[in-house]
Amino acid sequence: MRIAATRAGFLRGARATLPLTVGLLPFGLVVGVLAQAQGLSALEQVAMSALVFAGASQILALELWADPAPIASAVLAAVAVNLRFALMGPALAPWIDAVRGWRRWLMVGTIVDHAWALAIAEMRAGRHDALFYLGSAAMLWSAWLITTVLGHALGAAVALPRGHPLFFAAPACFIALLVPFWRGRGDAAPWAVAAAVSLGIGPLLPNPALAVVAGAVAGSLAGALRDTAGGGRG
Amino acid sequence: MSLDPATLAAILAMAVATFACRAAGYLVLRRVQPGAVLRAFLGHLPGTLFVAFAAPAVAREGWAGMAGAAATLVVMRATGSVPGSLFAGVAAFWAVRALGP
Repeated sequence: MRIAATRAGFLRGARATLPLTVGLLPFGLVVGVLAQAQGLSALEQVAMSALVFAGASQILALELWADPAPIASAVLAAVAVNLRFALMGPALAPWIDAVRGWRRWLMVGTIVDHAWALAIAEMRAGRHDALFYLGSAAMLWSAWLITTVLGHALGAAVALPRGHPLFFAAPACFIALLVPFWRGRGDAAPWAVAAAVSLGIGPLLPNPALAVVAGAVAGSLAGALRDTAGGGRG
Repeated sequence: MSLDPATLAAILAMAVATFACRAAGYLVLRRVQPGAVLRAFLGHLPGTLFVAFAAPAVAREGWAGMAGAAATLVVMRATGSVPGSLFAGVAAFWAVRALGP
């Protein structure tokens, strides 16, 4: 398989991604407003969005934010939410191998859902230009910075008090994403275990991020053991 | 524009942890095939993680939280629109909290 790495590929990736940036707007605004409400300066918010570049983990970490900044729960939130990126690496590996030096590690460092999905669609269509991925990721990254900066400015302008109903938008982001995550009735039991464990043992744990991780691990383990029991259905 | 050392440390730690997740797939998972249980586990992870995060957030808010969660789910299911579902969820949450005791 011949894999190119051209400027044209980069531009095609960026163009293909442009329409998707509209969908980032609500998440970016929520992250920016939340960061502002939790006391992050505009510069700190930009640093987080630019370097972490993973919205759901940023929302979770910011929900658990405290003063001084909680390093342990921020890392737990990042690992728990972003472990899914590890699953995307192998499919993208042929393209990553095709570029060298800093561009290779930039590709690894910008593995993210939308760009990955577009790249897989390109591969299936028989078009192999590794820089398509970087074009797509660059477009998403730019949109992510713009929307989170907007959110931070909005939060500073409106200065919502803690506990304002608008902050329900942060958990609502996760609740909304449950709809596309739902794969069928088989998800009901693992999800129920996750909720029960998170609610039940959460108050006993020293760190709220641990409650989220404990619930997720318990639910996923229950589901995985059920799926693979008897060797058939997994 | 300020940059607090503890905040910067937390941000950098998050960035390193996230990069490690991304690199682990490229460097490790392509060589080591995960077993059936691990694959099933990782397949369940996004959903259970989001449930484990949302459940306490909803429970803490009582009826308002449940109304907000229900509205978010119904609108997302019906329209597939994230902005629409967030709007409906926050509106329902706000309304029940304003009307409630």
